[in-house]
Amino acid sequence: MNDSFMLDGEEIPFTPGQTVMQAAAAAGKYIPHLCWHPDFAAHGSCKLCTVKIGGRFATSCTVRAAAGQEVENRTDELDARRRTLLQLLFVEGNHFCPSCEKSGDCALQATAYEMGMLTPHFDHFYPDRPVDASHPEVLLEFNRCILCELCVRASREVDGKNVFALAGRGTKSHLIVNSESGRLADTDFAATDRAAEVCPVGVILKKRVGFAVPIGARTYDLQPISAAGGDGTTGRAGDTSAPRKTEAG
Amino acid sequence: MDTHKLNVATTDSPAAKPRKLKIATVSLAGCFGCHMSFLDIDERLLPLLERVEFDRSPLTDIKRCGFCDIGLIEGGVCNAENVHVLREFRAHCKVLVALGACAINGGLPAQRNHLDLGEILQMVYRTGHGLAPGSAIPDDPELPLPLNQVHPVHEVVKIDYFLPGCPPSGDAIWAFLTQLIDGRDPALGHGLLQYD
Repeated sequence: MNDSFMLDGEEIPFTPGQTVMQAAAAAGKYIPHLCWHPDFAAHGSCKLCTVKIGGRFATSCTVRAAAGQEVENRTDELDARRRTLLQLLFVEGNHFCPSCEKSGDCALQATAYEMGMLTPHFDHFYPDRPVDASHPEVLLEFNRCILCELCVRASREVDGKNVFALAGRGTKSHLIVNSESGRLADTDFAATDRAAEVCPVGVILKKRVGFAVPIGARTYDLQPISAAGGDGTTGRAGDTSAPRKTEAG
Repeated sequence: MDTHKLNVATTDSPAAKPRKLKIATVSLAGCFGCHMSFLDIDERLLPLLERVEFDRSPLTDIKRCGFCDIGLIEGGVCNAENVHVLREFRAHCKVLVALGACAINGGLPAQRNHLDLGEILQMVYRTGHGLAPGSAIPDDPELPLPLNQVHPVHEVVKIDYFLPGCPPSGDAIWAFLTQLIDGRDPALGHGLLQYD
């Protein structure tokens, strides 16, 4: 067991090739994240998983673990920066938790709880993002998109369909549907696709199961995301499959 | 945050009871749900009333806010009167608290923010279904003018503390208030910090 590094003072073993995030997850240690998912290649875009390695900032989902690394994770300084990133995400979209079916199962919300976010702090954008309810089984609520590209990756790499993509640049970046009409109903998307259950927030929602589990009894109502594994892909309320646990270890 | 802590120490002899803190509360563009949740502290209202007295509040029906230690703001800002009242609270309260989802991010009323206000008024009062003949957009001079968008209170005045929830539970309000009155920075753990 020579291959190990220190995470907040705890020794974490790793196998060569693993990232800091993968090794931490395998050891049951929570590093906050939104765009990382154990089943997909690292994206490195949300920056929530930024840690300090040897005093330098690095995204733990993209940095390979190396013997002897000193990694700071849940420090007041890093959590404060994460809180700011979350606040930016909250004001850039329309995140009205009380009316969201994903509330309580949402990785964005649960991570904000974990970071102690009490206010979005910044001025809200209140963007205009119409809902796409064209598909008979699945609803797209673009107001809540955080541009993690998990649906893009799942549709492309697992489903082989390329249903989703990001378009635009900077603050105009947004999720689009790859059909001539731009509507989900005009794609070959299916509710059984991997892309249908990978959204960490409340964008891709299966119809007719929204409040099968009441608010107050949902995944992160029962335990904080740091204790729940924090993969952001727990089963939707009403899903027949059990909530996915993803830690490799 | 220390500057916002309340000085509850007595100015008289050490044996004297601390003076009661003054609290004002108001619902701006809210549904009074946060006030209902406040009442959900139930019999804990009695020990609370040994430490605080209410100034302007729906509970007292006092119409103007006097100088207070704590102001609790429910609801966002959707019209000119809300702005006026919010500024009155800021001018009179040492500590101002945004209470609940609407005060913090606009909440349900802010769902109109991506729509044009003129078109909304036309739809509701002129072209919508089931309107009485001759219906018109209200223009009584006593009615406060609506703002183009609904805003969270922190976009209008400085807010010292935020207590999220729709509404925050009675337990969360109790935990928050007792810590604040004790002169500590309120901290809500898992289960009390909820956005829904």
